[in-house]
Amino acid sequence: MMEKNVANTKRDGLLHPSIDKVVVIEGTHAASHAVKLARVQVIAAYPITPQTSVVEKLSEIVSDGDLDAKFIKVESEHSAMACCIGSSISGARAFTATSSQGLALMHELLHWAAGSRLPIVMVNVNRAMAPPWSIYVDHNDSLSQRDTGWLQFYAESNQEVTDTVLQAYKIAETVSLPVMINLDAFVLSHTSEPVALPKQEIVDEFLPARKASFKIDTSDPKAFGALIGPEAYMEMRYKLYRAMEDARSVIREVDRDFAEKFGRSYGGLVEEYMTEDAETVLITSATAVSTARIAVDELRSMGFPVGLMKLRVFRPFPVDEVRELAKHVRKIGVMDRNVSFGATGIIYQETKAVLYNAADRPSVFGFIAGLGGRDITPETIKEIFSYLMNHDEPESESVWVSLKTSDADQGARPFPETGAGIRRSEGVK
Amino acid sequence: MGQIKYQLPPDEVLAPGHFACPGCGATLTMRYALKALGRKTVVVIPACCWSVIDGPVPYSAAGVPVFHTAFETAASTASGVKAGLDAQGDHETTVLAFAGDGGTFDIGLQALSGAAERNEDFIYICYDNEAYMNTGIQRSSATPFGAWTTTTPAVSPKAEKKKNIIEILAAHRIPYLATASVAYPDDMIAKIRKAKDIRGFKFIHVFSPCPPGWKFEPEDSIKISRMAIESKVFPLIEIIDGIDYALSKEPDGIPVRDYIKMQGRFRHLNDEQIGIIQANVTEDWERLRAKFAPTRKVSRSRRDESTGENKSSQTRNVTRTKNARKRAQKSRG
Repeated sequence: MMEKNVANTKRDGLLHPSIDKVVVIEGTHAASHAVKLARVQVIAAYPITPQTSVVEKLSEIVSDGDLDAKFIKVESEHSAMACCIGSSISGARAFTATSSQGLALMHELLHWAAGSRLPIVMVNVNRAMAPPWSIYVDHNDSLSQRDTGWLQFYAESNQEVTDTVLQAYKIAETVSLPVMINLDAFVLSHTSEPVALPKQEIVDEFLPARKASFKIDTSDPKAFGALIGPEAYMEMRYKLYRAMEDARSVIREVDRDFAEKFGRSYGGLVEEYMTEDAETVLITSATAVSTARIAVDELRSMGFPVGLMKLRVFRPFPVDEVRELAKHVRKIGVMDRNVSFGATGIIYQETKAVLYNAADRPSVFGFIAGLGGRDITPETIKEIFSYLMNHDEPESESVWVSLKTSDADQGARPFPETGAGIRRSEGVK
Repeated sequence: MGQIKYQLPPDEVLAPGHFACPGCGATLTMRYALKALGRKTVVVIPACCWSVIDGPVPYSAAGVPVFHTAFETAASTASGVKAGLDAQGDHETTVLAFAGDGGTFDIGLQALSGAAERNEDFIYICYDNEAYMNTGIQRSSATPFGAWTTTTPAVSPKAEKKKNIIEILAAHRIPYLATASVAYPDDMIAKIRKAKDIRGFKFIHVFSPCPPGWKFEPEDSIKISRMAIESKVFPLIEIIDGIDYALSKEPDGIPVRDYIKMQGRFRHLNDEQIGIIQANVTEDWERLRAKFAPTRKVSRSRRDESTGENKSSQTRNVTRTKNARKRAQKSRG
């Protein structure tokens, strides 16, 4: 039933009167077109695969005069973020895009942007960290930036990339925090999908020109970011913390507002799929969600009560949504496309952390899959469900799925074709 | 020599009550820079002494908006500020990046080179006190040969020559490049004003004495600055488009020893080492001298300012500046 709703929303979305045109474009260009629609004033970027096509398209858009923006072609990602910081404190709307090593190089300035409370929006095309060199997807690059004070979104489709960039500026400028929008390398960044581009005038209504609540102003000279002692630093950090807490309701409101204007909604921080009567639910993010939808459909058709929670926003973490889910499911599996060495998958850690003090605590299982672009197929997801359904408790903190090393049998098995040998029900909670 | 009359702009933009040490060259530099640029100026300050001098939250002595930024990002942040103002239709406000030698010669060199190559339209002033003074006198690539710092102890003082930042920037062919000294405020202000009127990237390298770092009495700051010029350690020059060199002040050519003997950071040096420094300074001066057009007459000293010779030099400067502006505009398309 929920599936039908989602499909209808999507279909209605493509026919919505807000649409200017539907184009078939890759994920990177879905970002570029949104930057144009958001009337960004300063773009600063440095090339890195697979982000480059975001800014290549933008340089065309700016050169053609379709967007009145300053495009600074800097000599590093570090300088790209510094330019965004400089232009944002001057009151302008700023954008950059990067991947992996470039994001890591920006790390210091990610703190600077958030600490300065600047509403910069950045697209990060998720790419595995080197060495060894890899240009393929995993999420260790962005999740390593977890504690910098940036909001983090993970997109499932090209349409969601476009829509999230538009939402991101509205959210960022409301809470005075920067936003990072993540999309999977190649799986999304270089895959073409139909994308409905909205009409400029409706975008302008949804996202008016930025009105900075503070900026450098020669008629009211102030110093920003000066030395501060122990008597006030902590309060400034508390304000940043509060802004991130408040961002949860702002994200939900902006998504509702967006749905009203454009006919598409992403559920705010999470989107649930077949969870209503589910006993076993998988939490995952980004493009793996689409794959997981297929696996859930297949298992549902075989009569297994499984469901899916798409983690659209990682920062701020969807505490309430995860706790609400925990109230009515028996088991939660978390599939991480990342790993924190010395611990587990990062979303798994966070999921367990928010449930520890909750009244309802189902068993939570951690799975690591798809690192460095390893394909995540419906079979991968079904393997995870077979493990989930046949175990009462996790045997280890991290089950690495489809690992090729012989000494590392983690106990996940291919899902039998007929479902024979898989426990059919945990009983309703 | 007679009494020197300075004609400095009267507006004191920089307020008293800042956190500088007595005799600080960096603070005089900011005072003169803001006199030259006026209140419609935004200053970007990376980690350096001025991160402290401007005052802690909620104070600010500068009198203009200040954005404190990360150590290596003076040039990149200033590029962003300028782009942001431009994008909002503000083409009037001057953007000034104000950084020490560590943030310019060392950690900020990449961003500086990037901004210079892009010919970003702002002024970069490096106040060079020849070491990491804010962190406690550690050597930088701007520290001269033979100097003591806390990371080059007297038993093994700095073995390498100072990095030639001017030649690095001249190689970028930026429209305006100059050196300045707190001993010559009128020259410094004239150069900063000239920079303000030129479109594109402007770099001003200021010799900035540091009493606690160089080990001398604060009242000798100006004297030492003057001796740096007279001994040819720090020539006062202008370079247009990275090609056209002009000398602002002909040095008297006093021995480098006289300059060195004023400062405790060189106390350990023997005659042989001082001889090496003198030879280096002489060689560098000859190399620099060769870059001036042989027929060019230059302003010989401040004492000559009323002569016709100097006037013609000023006229030439104006012409060159106009050309530079034209070229800068052309390069920006």
